Amino acid sequence: MKFDNYMILDFPSKSSNEAFARSAVACFAAQMDPTLEELGDIRTAVSEAVTNCIVHAYPEKLGNITLRCRILKDNVLDIVVKDKGVGIADVEQARRPAYTTGGNERSGMGFTIMESFMTNLEIISKPGKGTTVHMRRKLLRRQ
Amino acid sequence: MHFTSFLEEGRLTVALTGEIDHHCAKSYIQAIAAKIEAYTPKVCVLDFQEVSFVDSSGIAVVINALRNMTQIEGQLLLTGIAPQPMRVFQASGIDKLVEIKEAVS
Repeated sequence: MKFDNYMILDFPSKSSNEAFARSAVACFAAQMDPTLEELGDIRTAVSEAVTNCIVHAYPEKLGNITLRCRILKDNVLDIVVKDKGVGIADVEQARRPAYTTGGNERSGMGFTIMESFMTNLEIISKPGKGTTVHMRRKLLRRQ
Repeated sequence: MHFTSFLEEGRLTVALTGEIDHHCAKSYIQAIAAKIEAYTPKVCVLDFQEVSFVDSSGIAVVINALRNMTQIEGQLLLTGIAPQPMRVFQASGIDKLVEIKEAVS
């Protein structure tokens, strides 16, 4: 896969890293000259993916989260959020709007938001092994 | 988490600030529930004017406040919502459950 630029971050599943992760991706994506709306969508989707790792992948203890961003040709931002946590037994069920195992504090809208704010969303998960969320967003080129 | 609130003629206004994500959502949910329980207002206004970012955790904050207000047969209003939080509320359909006033364009 040809790419123009990339960055990789490794950090523990602390909730204080949610803001760090979405801000880091927004700073990296700034070189693609995104609109404010595109940047907002990307920050939101990253926040959802990282929060899922923190809440669901590592419910009992801290674990590692890897975040990789690449700029592909045609102004596409490619984002991978990977954990080695508990995994998801039924990905289709997890993707359903308002489905959550997180109780009242969660809305169950994380995957729905990632889906509607990104151009592509792919979830690969193995129970006991971890989950990889792969998202892409094509940014419109401004004149 | 930082917020201010005031009560005026049975109308409770809670002004939220900053970025609302999972890191601070639980504190907001509990703080808003405590205010509603203490004052049992007829109307609760969540003011988002100083909120620069929300993710789906913000939806949970609104849904919980709605639940608290429904229990005491009161009304929930949202106000001052910037474009990014508005997109999140619209994507989740919450804009159809709660009355939204004076959206910031």
